[in-house]
Amino acid sequence: MKKKNQASAFNRYLLLGLAVFCIIMMLLSSFSERAAGPFKVLANVTVIPLQQGINYIGSWMGDMTDNFETMQQLRAENEKLQEQVDSLMTENNYLQEERYELERLQELYQLDSNYAEYEKTAAHVIGSDSGNWFSTFTIDKGSQDGIAVDMNVMAGSGLAGIVVEVGPTWARVRSIIDDSSNVSGMVLSTSDRCIVSGDLSLMSDGQIRFEQMENNENQVSVGDQIVTSYISDKYLQGILIGYVSEVTVDSNNLTRSGYITPAVDFKNIQEVLVITTTKAQLTGESEGQ
Amino acid sequence: MKTLKFKRFFVTALIVIIAYLLQCTVFQSLQLAGIKPNLLIIVTAAFGFMRGSREGMLVGFACGILTDIQFGSIIGLYALIYLAAGYVNGLFERLYFDEDIKLPILLITVSEFLYGVIIYFLMFLLRSDFNFLFYLNEIIVPELIYTIGITLILYPLILLINHKLEAEEKRSASKFV
Repeated sequence: MKKKNQASAFNRYLLLGLAVFCIIMMLLSSFSERAAGPFKVLANVTVIPLQQGINYIGSWMGDMTDNFETMQQLRAENEKLQEQVDSLMTENNYLQEERYELERLQELYQLDSNYAEYEKTAAHVIGSDSGNWFSTFTIDKGSQDGIAVDMNVMAGSGLAGIVVEVGPTWARVRSIIDDSSNVSGMVLSTSDRCIVSGDLSLMSDGQIRFEQMENNENQVSVGDQIVTSYISDKYLQGILIGYVSEVTVDSNNLTRSGYITPAVDFKNIQEVLVITTTKAQLTGESEGQ
Repeated sequence: MKTLKFKRFFVTALIVIIAYLLQCTVFQSLQLAGIKPNLLIIVTAAFGFMRGSREGMLVGFACGILTDIQFGSIIGLYALIYLAAGYVNGLFERLYFDEDIKLPILLITVSEFLYGVIIYFLMFLLRSDFNFLFYLNEIIVPELIYTIGITLILYPLILLINHKLEAEEKRSASKFV
């Protein structure tokens, strides 16, 4: 009996000890990034390599299932794509023409097109948030590959998120559909600015919300492109966020809000491109000149 | 005796890591309606009521710290939640016996539900997001149901492993006596 009491007393001390440890760690890590350092090293040698391994097997299996898609589907798709190619070709020619004109005009105005081409590096997604509440994921490149916090992450042609934490061989990315994410965006055609924020209640519909867009005479209609704006201090300018799917005038009659369908399919995100220039670098350089 | 203790530690650590890896990678593609089950709470609760508070706590702490390192915004929050889950489940050790499946399911269900509610309170309510019913319907309850489904597969496996280890420990103990 005595032995049992001793054991349960020890358990209580252990509970207390570990709980105090947790609370101290919480306080420390909310004040300083460095507190998490030793744990990151731990993750580095244990779970990250295993995640990378599983991910390779996973993508290999994904490829296998893709192979089983029927011929007919592929043919139909091919036909559709061919049509799209044709229409895009025409559009491309037209755009080329415009580009030359733009270049000429830019030369005329002596504008430097410093944001036209960002340098990018590709990375694989190796793990996603273990819960259902937030939407962050880890990629298999880290500070050793030149990744740093605040770098923008794209998937395909659209904005996927931003690097919020970096380890030696991995980085954590918060996607723009995450409940705590806010991006300053603008409508491409009218340059009206708005705030694009992720929302857990819209995540299952695959949509994000935008608000605080000025209610002026500029028409914003369904299908308009929303890109990152020029005033954001973290996101580079002109990256596609998504397309307007619904827009309404707020009851105060001053602002408009609505929903955006993101350009990125967040359900099946496998490869991402990390832009290795941060906005801070870009603006810092231009100040220096 | 020492090797057996080491073996138990090794096997337990392996179970935790495998559960964590499955959760982050494989179950990503096994999502139902955008929801994935919570394997870590199953493992934590199972070790709690099978092996007592101490192991429940340690397993919970390990699960939580792993989550914190990779996905938490601050280190220690998930660790604390899982730690408490492991301890409380350990208190039910004396009510637990192997053949019964009702108590484990009940305990895991309650743990998972409380886990969801606590996360809501700490991370959403404190940001003045009062839409509790929505989160209950869209996340807590679906996750609960999926987790219970996975429990039916995962729990017998953990039980089997535990049985084997316990049988081995008993054998070597009787040898010494």
